[in-house]
Amino acid sequence: MIVTRGLTKRYGRVVAVDGVDLDVREGDRYGFLGPNGSGKTTLVRLLLGLVYATSGEIEVLDMRMPARSRAVLQQIGALVEGPSAYPHLSGRQNLALLDAAGPGGRRRSRKGRIEDALEQVGLAGVDRRPVRAYSLGMRQRLGLAAALLREPRLLILDEPTNGLDPRGIREIRDLLTRLNEAGTTVFLSSHLLSEVEQLCTRVGIVDRGRLVVQESLSTLQAPTGHVLVDTPDAARVATILDGQVISRDGERLVIRHPDPAALNATLVGEGIRVSAIGEQRRTLEDVVLEVTGHGNDRVARP
Amino acid sequence: MITVELRKLVFRPRVWLSIVLLCAVPALVAVLLSVSDIAPPPGQGGAFLSAVMSNGSLFPAAALAMVLPVFLPLAVAVYAGDAIAGEAGTGTLRYLLARPVGRSRLLSAKLVALAIYIVLAVLIVVVTSLAVGVALFGTGAEAVGQAGAVTSLSGATLGPAELTVRLLAAIGYIVVSMLGFGTIALFFSTLSDSALGAALASLAVLIASSILETLDAADPIKPYLPTNYWLSWIDFFRDPILWHNVDRGLLLQAGYIVVFFGAAWANFGTKDITS
Repeated sequence: MIVTRGLTKRYGRVVAVDGVDLDVREGDRYGFLGPNGSGKTTLVRLLLGLVYATSGEIEVLDMRMPARSRAVLQQIGALVEGPSAYPHLSGRQNLALLDAAGPGGRRRSRKGRIEDALEQVGLAGVDRRPVRAYSLGMRQRLGLAAALLREPRLLILDEPTNGLDPRGIREIRDLLTRLNEAGTTVFLSSHLLSEVEQLCTRVGIVDRGRLVVQESLSTLQAPTGHVLVDTPDAARVATILDGQVISRDGERLVIRHPDPAALNATLVGEGIRVSAIGEQRRTLEDVVLEVTGHGNDRVARP
Repeated sequence: MITVELRKLVFRPRVWLSIVLLCAVPALVAVLLSVSDIAPPPGQGGAFLSAVMSNGSLFPAAALAMVLPVFLPLAVAVYAGDAIAGEAGTGTLRYLLARPVGRSRLLSAKLVALAIYIVLAVLIVVVTSLAVGVALFGTGAEAVGQAGAVTSLSGATLGPAELTVRLLAAIGYIVVSMLGFGTIALFFSTLSDSALGAALASLAVLIASSILETLDAADPIKPYLPTNYWLSWIDFFRDPILWHNVDRGLLLQAGYIVVFFGAAWANFGTKDITS
């Protein structure tokens, strides 16, 4: 769906995107993670042909960008750096202008398309007030409606749940999952770990313009080969399993052991009371903190 | 895309407000003249103003003479400066381009919408000032002895049909002049993400050009200044029409349109959209 090779973008002396080899496959829910200022938005703009690459290649939907941008962009719905609309017009008028501006789609079915898109994002009952009077969450939903207007094959969304409340975030996540199951590939760029963790199947992590990790989420969250045990008898466990205990923090132990079930049987056999046991998995947060530095919004004294 | 731009133009309150203000200036002058009954002496004051007192149907020409040097270019600068920079400022530019709308198509549609805005503004000024002029000063039947007839700047009498043709020609000339200037503003609009900045930059060009007009040392470059032939539309009201400056003015403005639209196209087509 999206393939880039050695994609680099420089703004003057600043390298915003540095040799990125992106690989998003059809049907993915791809989460693109990175600290603030790490080049996420620039990459999204490169994919949409808004900024031009300094070097490297971009293929979207198996066509070269930006050379075939007209054919490519028709099949893409995008949300880039927050939603935008003409503030003095209503949501419906805004969608109608956007729909009429580009190619494809019959004029007679425009109203139906607009109502469908508004329905999907939960704005079906919106009245004629101008976008100026919309709340942040409503604007975000309108932006999503604009992205969904043409029933795209690929959705490129930059921080799509910005400004939404927890219920709204849940709603949009369900919507994206539903669209994905119906065949839409979703590319989601975010700095919110929970958003990516709960929605995505594959993850790319970018740090200072470089793609440092690109892997399926389940691989990243693989077991570490350690078992977490909560027990009031922590001190005794430490003597029984001497050498296998990696760390002990009050009643919580980290034990090197391949199989929690077997370990549990051993401990219970020794008369140890186990209140919780389970294999340790890496969290996405662990992975991200391991591979990325500070975002550029933190300016420390040198 | 052109219909989309026209819908934006029509739906925009600011567009109508600017046109209303353009009409208000001549209307105010007309009311003051009619109330005070003090006509500027012939040859002084705004063009046509002394003649207007005896014949209201000449008032559109006087109105154009009032708005042309400052107010009309001001409105054009604001509208054209907003064309691309305004879209960038509201953040809608990136969504239009991703829709996708080709950059050349968008820019061409903006130029067409600009032309239509100018035509609209000038026509509305003419129509309202004609109504105001006739209402306040009559059609001057008693002065020349023929209803609707006016005396040309050269002294000969022009009938109503002749006057209409000349007025339309003058309107066309003014529209082309404004379009030349508007294209400069359109070019600035592709340079900046600030609509205000683009409008001010083009007004700076207007002021610089007007200052150079008054400077004898600038004689060699005067024929190329954008404002140089702006007032030549008055020549349409001479008898016979003085074509010399009109021709040169049209050629000059065509040059400005081609050069600055080309520059806008080259810049906008290759620009990184980071707004």
